Amino acid sequence: MTDNPVVAGTGLTKIGRRWEDSLSDLFAEASRQAIEEAGIQPQAVFVGNMVAGELDGQEHLGLALEDGAGVFPLVPAFKVESACSSGGSALFAGYMAVKSGVYDSVLVAGVEKLSEEPSDNVTSALAEAADADFESYYGASFTSLNALLMRSYMKEYNVPRDWLSEIAVLMHKNAVDNPYAQLRKPITVDDVNRSRVIADPIRLLDCSPTGDGAAAILLARPELVKGDVQVELAGMGVGVDTIAVNGRSSLSDVPATAKAARVAFSAAGVDVNDLNLIEVHDAFTIMAALALEDLGVVSKGEGAKFFHEGNAERDGKLPVNPEGGLKARGHPVGATGVYAAVEVVRQIQGKAGKMQVPRAEIGAFHNLGGSGSHAVVGVFKRKR
Amino acid sequence: MKPRSAVSIYGWGSYIPPYRLTVAEISRVWGRDPVQYEEELNVKEKAVAGPDEDSATMAVEAGRNALNRSGISPKEIGALYVGTESPPYAVKPTATTVAEALGVGPFSVAADLEFACKAGTEGLQASIALVASGMIRYGMAIGSDTAQGGPGDHLEYTAASGATAIIVGPGSKEAAATLEGSISFVSDTPDFWRRYGARYPSHGEGFTGEPAYFKHVEGATRALMEELGLKPSDFDYVVFHQPNGRFPLTAARDLGFSPSALKAGLLSPVIGNTYAAASITGFSAVLDVARAGQRILVTSFGSGAGSDSFSFVVEEGIEARRDKAKRVMDYLSRRVEIDYALYLKFRGGIRLGGGAK
Repeated sequence: MTDNPVVAGTGLTKIGRRWEDSLSDLFAEASRQAIEEAGIQPQAVFVGNMVAGELDGQEHLGLALEDGAGVFPLVPAFKVESACSSGGSALFAGYMAVKSGVYDSVLVAGVEKLSEEPSDNVTSALAEAADADFESYYGASFTSLNALLMRSYMKEYNVPRDWLSEIAVLMHKNAVDNPYAQLRKPITVDDVNRSRVIADPIRLLDCSPTGDGAAAILLARPELVKGDVQVELAGMGVGVDTIAVNGRSSLSDVPATAKAARVAFSAAGVDVNDLNLIEVHDAFTIMAALALEDLGVVSKGEGAKFFHEGNAERDGKLPVNPEGGLKARGHPVGATGVYAAVEVVRQIQGKAGKMQVPRAEIGAFHNLGGSGSHAVVGVFKRKR
Repeated sequence: MKPRSAVSIYGWGSYIPPYRLTVAEISRVWGRDPVQYEEELNVKEKAVAGPDEDSATMAVEAGRNALNRSGISPKEIGALYVGTESPPYAVKPTATTVAEALGVGPFSVAADLEFACKAGTEGLQASIALVASGMIRYGMAIGSDTAQGGPGDHLEYTAASGATAIIVGPGSKEAAATLEGSISFVSDTPDFWRRYGARYPSHGEGFTGEPAYFKHVEGATRALMEELGLKPSDFDYVVFHQPNGRFPLTAARDLGFSPSALKAGLLSPVIGNTYAAASITGFSAVLDVARAGQRILVTSFGSGAGSDSFSFVVEEGIEARRDKAKRVMDYLSRRVEIDYALYLKFRGGIRLGGGAK
C-alpha cells in the first residue's frame, strides 16, 4: 500500500437552477478550478452522478463530460453511481485508484442537473434509488420513505418537532455566508412548522432543494502536490444495508453509516472525538439527527438534541455542516458527496472565509445513498 | 416601434363572467393549506365561464362594449383579431363568428391569433399597423380565454375566463388614448405548452419565472422606455401580464415602478389569470378611471415566449366614452361563488352518459 492521496485542487459551482448550463458546462466550471489550483493534469476521471441518463438523456457520462468540457486532454473516465452517495462513491474510487498506485493523479467530480425536467419526473427518477420491485413500484417516493424514518424516530425517542425544525434553521443560517449555496435565506422554526406538508411529518422546509451543480477534487500522490498546507484523504469507508427499508430491523437508525464510519476512522487512525468538523448528509432534517448518532458523535436518540443545544454551530462542540448542508447549500444529488468533501478540505486549508470553523485540522464527511442503504464516510487531515 | 401616422384607441370594453371559484376551495379539494396558497399566489379567486359561455361568446360581449364606447358602426371595422388559446374549434376561426355576431364584415380582415397569454396584444400590434399604414380605418383586437389548468396542477388555481376588446383608429384628440410607441420582444423559451391532443397544458414550473416571465416583461418594458426616452416615474399607470398576483408586483419593483401605479390594473388577485385577456383587461380597468394627459404603460407576456409593450397617453375624448358601456368594476361586483363540483360541471370536467337523462 502506498501513501494516502493528497488534495491537489478543488472546485465548486454555485448550486441552483442553472438553466443556461449543460452537464458538461457545470463539469468544466468545477474541474477547471481544481486543475488550475493543482497545476497538474489528471490521469483518469471518476464522475459521481445519479440521473443524467434518466433526466438528461446522457449515459456514458465520464467521457461525454470530458469531451464536452475540453478542459484537459481525454483520459480514461468512469461514471460511479450509488444514488445520492454517487459523489462519495466516486471519491472512494479515486481514493483507491491513487492509493493503490494505479494512477498518480485523478480528478473526482460530482455533477448533477435536475432542472431539465418537471418535478414529478425528478421525483420518479430519484425514487429509483429505492427498491424498484418492493418500494417505488408501490408508490413510495424518497420523501415518503424518509417520512417513515422521521415518524418512527420522533415516536421512539420522544423528540419534539421543533428540534428537527431547528436543524433546518441552522442550515439556512450557515448557508447565508456560502456563495455556492442554493438557499441563502434565513428561516425560522415557525416557517418550517408552517410550510407545506410533503409526506407527513416531512414539511417542505425539512427537505433539501433540487438543483444543478458540480464539485471537483483532484487527488494526487503527495510528491506531486505543491503548497505548504497539505490535506490528505486519510481514510475512507463504505457501509451498506438492505436496499428496501422493509428489510431493516429498525427504522430509526442507519447501521450503514456506523459501518462506514468505523472503517474510515480506523483507516485514518482517528476517533470521532478527534474531529474538528463534520459534514453530514441532511437530505431531510431527520437524516442529520440520525447521522450524528450513527457516526458515534452522540448516542441513540440524542442527535436532534445535539443541534438543539447549539453544539453543532460553527463555534459549537462539533461544527456540523458549517456551509449549510444539503438542506440549504443544496443537494445536486450525485455531486453532493464531492461538495461535502471539498467543504471539509477548504476548512482544513483555512479557506472557508466567513464559514471558517476554529482549529480545523481533522474533518469528516458523510454521504448517504437511498434511505440508508449505502453510506460513504471520508476523513481528511492536515498533513504534518 | 412608432407608427408613421398617429393611432388612437376609440373604444375599449371587457367581459368577465360572474362565477368565482376561490383558491381556498381548490385547496380544499387537493389538500393544500388554503390560506398559505392564497398568500403565495396573491390570488383570492378566479373568474369561471358559465356552462353556456366560451371564448367566442365572451369576445362578443367585450366587443359590444368596445363598439358602444367607440361610437362607430361595426361596418367601419376593417380588421378583427381574436387572440385566444382556448378557441371553441381547433380548426375554424373564432374571429368570423365574433365578427358576424358584432355586425363586422364581410369586408374585413379576420383571424385568430395564438401566442399563449399575449395573443390579445399581438392583435393590437397588427391592428395598429393596419391603421397606421392606411389600409384600414378601424381595427378591433380582442383577447378572450376560458383557460384551464390540469386538475390539481398549480395552474388550476389561477387559470380563469375573461375577454377584452380594443378598437384603434387614426390619431385624434377626440379618441380615448393615443399610442406613443410599442415594442415586441420574443425568444424560443419552452416555459408552457400544450401538445396536440393534450387536454391540459404543461409547464416548466420554476422555469416560468426568471427565464420566461421576468426576462420578457422586463426586457420589453426597459427597451420601450429607452426607445421613448421615458422613465418609470413618467407613467401614471402600469399594467403587466398577471399570471398570478405576485409576478406583476415583482416586475414593478425590479423596474422601479411604484406599487400605486400598478394598483388600478392589477386584477388577478380577484379574477385570476385570464390569459390572452389578462394584460388588456387590466388596461381596460385603467382606461375606466384614467384622466386626460395621464400616461399608461402596458406590457403583456405570452409563454413560448414574448412580450408586447405599449405606451399610451390619455386624450380628452375619454370622458365622453367611458359611461357608454359597463366598466370592469361593474363586472367584478357581479359575483356568484361556486364550489369545485359546479366548476367541474361548468367546464366539462364531468363526463355525462349512461344513467339518468
